[in-house]
Amino acid sequence: MSERLEVRKTYKLYVGGKFPRSESGRTYPVADGRGHFVANAAKASRKDARDAVVAARAAFAGWSGATAYNRGQVLYRVAEVMEGRAAQFAEEVAAGEGLSAAKARAAVDAAVDRWVWYAGWTDKLAAVLGGTNPVAGPYFDFSVPEPSGVVAVLAPQRSSLLGLVSVLAPVLATGCTAVVVSSLQRPLPAITLSEVLATSDVPGGVANLLTGDAAEIGPWLAEHADVDGIDLTGAGTAAMELERSAAGTLKRVLRAPADEPDWTGDPGLSRMTPFLETKTVWHPIGV
Amino acid sequence: MTVFEYAPAPESRSIVTLRSHYGLFVDGEFTDGGGTPLKTVNPATEEVLGEVAVGTDADVDRAVRAARKAFTRVWGPMRPADRGKYLFRIARLLQERAREFAVLETLDNGKPITESRDVDVPLAAAHFFYHAGWADKLEHAGLGPAPRPLGVAGQVIPWNFPLLMLAWKVAPALAAGNTVVLKPAETTPLTALLFAEVCQQADLPPGVVNIVTGAGDTGRAVVEHADVDKVAFTGSTEVGKQIARSVAGTRKSLTLELGGKAANIVFDDAPIDQAVEGVVRGIFFNQGHVCCAGSRLLVQESVHDELVASLQRRIGTLRVGDPLDKNTDVGAINSPEQLARIRELVGIGEAEGAQVWQPDGELPERGNWFKPTVFTDVTPAHRIARDEVFGPVLSVLTFRTPDEAVAKANNTTYGLSAGIWSEKGSRILAVADQLRAGVVWANTFNQFDPTSPFGGYKQSGYGREGGRTGLRAYLKES
Amino acid sequence: MTHVLDPTAPGRPVAPGAPDAFADVTRSDAAFRAFLHGLPGVDQVGAEARAAQLGTRSIKTTAKAWAIDTAISMVDLTTLEGADTPGRVRSLAAKARRPDPADGSCPQVAAVCVYGDLAGVARDALAGTGIHTAAVATAFPSGRASREVKLADVRDAVAGGADEIDMVIDRGAFLSGRYLDVFDEVVAVKEACGDAHLKVILETGELRTYDAVRRASWLAMLAGGDFIKTSTGKVSPAATLPVCLVMLEAVRDFRAATGTQVGVKPAGGIRTTKDAIKHLVMINEVAGPDWLDPVWFRFGASSLLDDLLLQRQKLRTGHYSGPDHVSVV
Repeated sequence: MSERLEVRKTYKLYVGGKFPRSESGRTYPVADGRGHFVANAAKASRKDARDAVVAARAAFAGWSGATAYNRGQVLYRVAEVMEGRAAQFAEEVAAGEGLSAAKARAAVDAAVDRWVWYAGWTDKLAAVLGGTNPVAGPYFDFSVPEPSGVVAVLAPQRSSLLGLVSVLAPVLATGCTAVVVSSLQRPLPAITLSEVLATSDVPGGVANLLTGDAAEIGPWLAEHADVDGIDLTGAGTAAMELERSAAGTLKRVLRAPADEPDWTGDPGLSRMTPFLETKTVWHPIGV
Repeated sequence: MTVFEYAPAPESRSIVTLRSHYGLFVDGEFTDGGGTPLKTVNPATEEVLGEVAVGTDADVDRAVRAARKAFTRVWGPMRPADRGKYLFRIARLLQERAREFAVLETLDNGKPITESRDVDVPLAAAHFFYHAGWADKLEHAGLGPAPRPLGVAGQVIPWNFPLLMLAWKVAPALAAGNTVVLKPAETTPLTALLFAEVCQQADLPPGVVNIVTGAGDTGRAVVEHADVDKVAFTGSTEVGKQIARSVAGTRKSLTLELGGKAANIVFDDAPIDQAVEGVVRGIFFNQGHVCCAGSRLLVQESVHDELVASLQRRIGTLRVGDPLDKNTDVGAINSPEQLARIRELVGIGEAEGAQVWQPDGELPERGNWFKPTVFTDVTPAHRIARDEVFGPVLSVLTFRTPDEAVAKANNTTYGLSAGIWSEKGSRILAVADQLRAGVVWANTFNQFDPTSPFGGYKQSGYGREGGRTGLRAYLKES
Repeated sequence: MTHVLDPTAPGRPVAPGAPDAFADVTRSDAAFRAFLHGLPGVDQVGAEARAAQLGTRSIKTTAKAWAIDTAISMVDLTTLEGADTPGRVRSLAAKARRPDPADGSCPQVAAVCVYGDLAGVARDALAGTGIHTAAVATAFPSGRASREVKLADVRDAVAGGADEIDMVIDRGAFLSGRYLDVFDEVVAVKEACGDAHLKVILETGELRTYDAVRRASWLAMLAGGDFIKTSTGKVSPAATLPVCLVMLEAVRDFRAATGTQVGVKPAGGIRTTKDAIKHLVMINEVAGPDWLDPVWFRFGASSLLDDLLLQRQKLRTGHYSGPDHVSVV
């Protein structure tokens, strides 16, 4: 009896809660760690990036306006659904990053745990970063952190899942919406993560994942006037030029580390505060 | 019955000793600058107040070296409590010499003496006093148990609140353990140089505070100096973008406090007399040379006519003139360049069909003056509803529902501040929540305090000044 | 400004004092409450900040001289003591006519204010001077008596010679929301006054909030009061700058809405020239110069006059004066 012929997946983009092909019709071959063909991934174009920004902007009011408790539950749900597909993620990570099964599984576990960690942050940020200000006058004055808006994320090139989750989850935890450009060489976990996002409770458009080349799409996102912040982690040598472009609209910029960091470490608040504004409200106290 | 004419009540300027020449303050000493000195002028009289040295790249380099040396050898290693004591000393000296600072600020800037006396100088002292207390409590800043200063801070400040902006920049930088090279605005350098004297009186170690005067080139040299670790800028959005571009790819951290086009939203249930005051304070305070000025009045249609009439009546009582007169409400426009910019935008507003109104009254013949101005029939498409005028010019727009108010308020590339006037608490909170602005004043406007973070969303810049949030901009996790 | 009408309310005679534009608002308790509560609110912090800001005006030299004389001409020179006698009232009247015995250029005050039983003494002592005789009435200062007694009090004072009546409103009724009762009483008192001018004392120190001060001001003006007055002087706090600010805004708005001008009288607690000048600045910049006249603004005070006189002497002579240089009463 012959083995069953597998049904292969078509990897597409994830924009506005849907899985379109690239409007350009382009794909590119993705190889595993040993150079063997794995799949054709959609190669996102600048117009896909534009559509993703529109979707992210449209989703921003709802996501940022949701209660912090609700956002925490949604992010926790991502972890739950991801956990159920851990084996698939582990395979993709192992293949893409050339890791042993055990190491790949550890990366997946860490990624799931990262969602859990950030899920718990949503309703603590205001207490940790905000507060009341004892001004010298008859005013009640308080400061609250608020999400900056739409954040473009150039995901790390090496760590295709843990790195990806480590840059996406903090953006979502703040209440921002995201347009992510995945690792160019290792895009598959990003698309599988999209499927997780689509089947958990993350509203469409809150996270948009584009597979393709950050060097090609990054400049469009860095210059896009309706993008409020940009994470340059996966920008590589283009980082400086992208930061210069981002200055044209005064985006909040999270600079790329000198080298891709060890994503297993405690991230602290450092990936959330760049995409949080502080709003201070004053009101007189009187009868 | 005679009209109640207030006789002139000029503040004496004898408390200020003007010098014919002012030097740079580098490494604890006043020195000459390599550039061609510039003249600083009293904008109310066009009197030349003095010649001020202009720092060249070499002067800036000298200042940065002095700051670096002071950072590594003195200020960085110093016991935090002692750093705090120096700042407390400075705060007290500013209080002791408050009148001198106020008069000098008014002479150099053109703002009314009541404002420099009651707002700028006391707040500057308060900023030093507040941050002094942080110096030995940095482990509570929220950056781990042993946060570290960034190093040398290069700071460039504007002409609208010369001493106060200096305080906003210098106080947190020093409290966190940094040393600074500060470039005051070209047209208002004098109080910064008087502050340098205060540093000397406080026995602040040489090099901790360096003040390099000059124009744009000097500022650029400060920002672009390779040994600067932190850049802090307050000024125009245009220059802010240039600075953001120039620090791209460096390790410098950056905070920008830039322009604004704040909406001041008046609902029909507002405490109307206080709203009128708030609108007036919002746009005519400091001649409207305020980045967070409430330059767009958004008024609910049902109270539009009543509010505009009240505003015009109130504006008619504003006294425009000699900034040193203690009864002056609106002083001089800081420079001929700024006056030209205001005139240009007002001309555009008229050409676009908005209705312009100004109160009766004469303006002084000499100096830079512009009457308080109100445009009605303004729509969000008008330039005067979009561009920052940075002058005493109010644009009045209307709305019908809270949603429309929020949509119009947020319809700007800026996001520094906003105002809400309503007696309904839940409405205030809902609107405050939806406004994309860093400071929201509800039933008040243009209030500032060192404990209260200030700064913008969107193209009004990033980073905050004031409070724990502001302090963190001068620290890093160890 | 909004007012809500209750179309089902029973018809009610229009009060004689109420201007036509607002005749309907007193047709029922509900309508009147809706009207008064529909007046714009007053933010305490903002109002106090504005008053303080006006207080920083620097009035010097010629402006100060003008202000002092104007303030003197606005004084309701007051004695409201249980121990008052005809002799003391005559002494006060003498001072009212010639506040500075050494200086004939000093203006006389606006009125002498006494208890009703001494109105006749005051009137006689002031005969021919143009100085008004004001009498407090309506069970001053508490106002706790039946309406009949209050009206009798008013009629008695008018009959005795008072041409100005300073009445107190029923603060208990006002604070419990019986606005129409308070209104009706002011209307009745106004009627009892005949030709005498009516000043309506709100006793703002008992109203506690600026919202209440604004409502009470409108109530008194709608009821036909010629003046609204802050205080009896028997309750602390009495006149304060922010209270006066809110009342000046009220008379300004009332004139704009009805064409009728109403006067303002802060009373109690104004003791210094500096305080008086702050009030004049406030009149000038809030209600407008039209109110800078004893016909439209009064200071209810006793010791204020002495300080005005001392400051006046200082301005004229260039040196400081002392209490022996003004006459005691």
